[in-house]
Amino acid sequence: MNLWLTLAVNSIALGGLLFLLSAGFSLIFGLMRIPNLMHGSFFMLGAYFGVTFLDRGMNFWLAAIASGFAMALIGAMVERFFLKRLSGQELPQVLLTLGFSFIIADLCLLIWTGDPWQPTTPAHLRGAVQAAGMFFPIYRLVIVGVAVVIAIALWLMVDWTRLGAMIRAGVDDAPIARMVGIKVSQLFTLIFALGAALAAFGGVMGAPYLSVYPGLDAEMLPLALIVVILGGTGSLLGALVGSFLIGFLYNFGQALFPDLAYVILFLPMVLVLVLRPQGLFGKVVP
Amino acid sequence: MSLRSPRFAALAISILLLLTLPAWVGNPYYINIASQILFWAVVALALNVLVGYAGLVSLGHAGLFGMAGYTAGLLLQAGHGHLVADIAAIVATLLTSAIFAILSLRSTGIGFLMITLALGQILWGIAYRWASLTNGDNGVNITTRPEFLGINLANASAFYYATLVVFGLAVISMAVFVRSPFGASVRGTRDQARRMNALGYNVWLIRFMAFLISGFWTGVAGLLFVYYNQFISPQVMALQTSAEVLLMVISGGTGTLLGPVVGAAIVVIMKNVVSAYIERWNLVLGVIFVAIISFMPEGLVPGTARLWRYGWHRLTSRKPSAGDKPGDRAQ
Repeated sequence: MNLWLTLAVNSIALGGLLFLLSAGFSLIFGLMRIPNLMHGSFFMLGAYFGVTFLDRGMNFWLAAIASGFAMALIGAMVERFFLKRLSGQELPQVLLTLGFSFIIADLCLLIWTGDPWQPTTPAHLRGAVQAAGMFFPIYRLVIVGVAVVIAIALWLMVDWTRLGAMIRAGVDDAPIARMVGIKVSQLFTLIFALGAALAAFGGVMGAPYLSVYPGLDAEMLPLALIVVILGGTGSLLGALVGSFLIGFLYNFGQALFPDLAYVILFLPMVLVLVLRPQGLFGKVVP
Repeated sequence: MSLRSPRFAALAISILLLLTLPAWVGNPYYINIASQILFWAVVALALNVLVGYAGLVSLGHAGLFGMAGYTAGLLLQAGHGHLVADIAAIVATLLTSAIFAILSLRSTGIGFLMITLALGQILWGIAYRWASLTNGDNGVNITTRPEFLGINLANASAFYYATLVVFGLAVISMAVFVRSPFGASVRGTRDQARRMNALGYNVWLIRFMAFLISGFWTGVAGLLFVYYNQFISPQVMALQTSAEVLLMVISGGTGTLLGPVVGAAIVVIMKNVVSAYIERWNLVLGVIFVAIISFMPEGLVPGTARLWRYGWHRLTSRKPSAGDKPGDRAQ
């Protein structure tokens, strides 16, 4: 019984991390139609920034937010100077982001070496809370809490604010949105920066739990892909449900069938592709 | 092509050069690099069927490549003969390609690319994590290369000739494919999928067959790879391999017969040269990608020619002609 509970808590925590990773990916992919293959790199580079800040004695939350801001800046620059010129051209966008992911991976190896970095869990988040006779590690719960708060904030932003309305207008019909005075190109830069920041924030949140090591980017990118294929592109609810689904499958798969954990991850994707190719919560694009 | 045309002469000279390569190169190290170029060229040609002619960009081909290599390697390790292992490897690769195709052809464009990428990564994950079957990170060793018509392929030149024969067959089959009605229908599904559908063609089936052809040659090249190295590890199946092959295709120019071959030569030679001096091949690979996309979106070979013309114009005349500016996109 206890094993199952531990697994469930771990699954929910991983789900929270995956949401932070894939929410940005889903927005960038679904709204801007940019297949951002450097999203795993954002996660890894953000995590490395975070551990470096922590190493200098910075407060955990401050480090996570600072890393998010740094990544937002990098993301905005990549979008502004490189991706903007390629708008609408999928293959060049893919190759460009892939090229950047190789550059980032190699630079990280150069700067932070091949050894894994695992910061200690911040003191005020250590330990466990006891409820109904069982212990829950606080840090895992905090990850989930943060993910849920960010999910709600994103949903409020996209669905209920003026900014969100402008983003949706820009996506539905960019030329008309431009005509009524919405600066679509700046909005897209903003979304890209936001996606990068969320991934970096997730990377720092995950660092005490997953640790940071070379190849983390290549492990996270397919997870983000699977989540988005499952949930449907551009759907935040889809990203949330998909993340927790994958979180559970990953942890339970690894505990029950360690050899086949990867294949198990891929089964729901197959089912969704066969039965509902637009994803669980995706809209059919004509 | 008439017998006197320059293209025929160039073709005759390149065939002659390839046939006599071990004699004028001499050093086994360089003969081995030539073999590497040839089998990577086969993968690049295979990927080009999808990328260039069908307009479907796959990032999962490293998975298919590794599938062939691992199937052959594991069967050989289990004590089966070369013939059994090779046939099983090709069959396994074709089956995997069919599964890949069925799943990824639910979509086109970015969706296709994302699904092939995810599927390729899953095969990588199996090779890496399913250690009881694949020996995990330590990889699979095979002890012998096969004998072919009584010739032992252990020697560098013998292996080169075997690879050359396979490469030749691949090029011929691609040439036949491009000129055949089937090749035309594949290009039709790339350019005008709806119109092809309206004309009564089964667009899905045409794409599926193109995927199988691509998978078949990728598998053949995977076999050559595992025999060449006599070793295979999960590293081969990583995204980086798919990306390198894609770089070969686009650097030579997509949708051409010889572009991928030139691209394979460029990438393999560059990789060997760069790795001899510095450890940072990934960095160089990334910078090449970014540079190609930013400065030569039409491919390395045509792009270099254009930049060369542009530079030449700048040198010889004060006013460069409008058509040769670097900002001018050939697409």
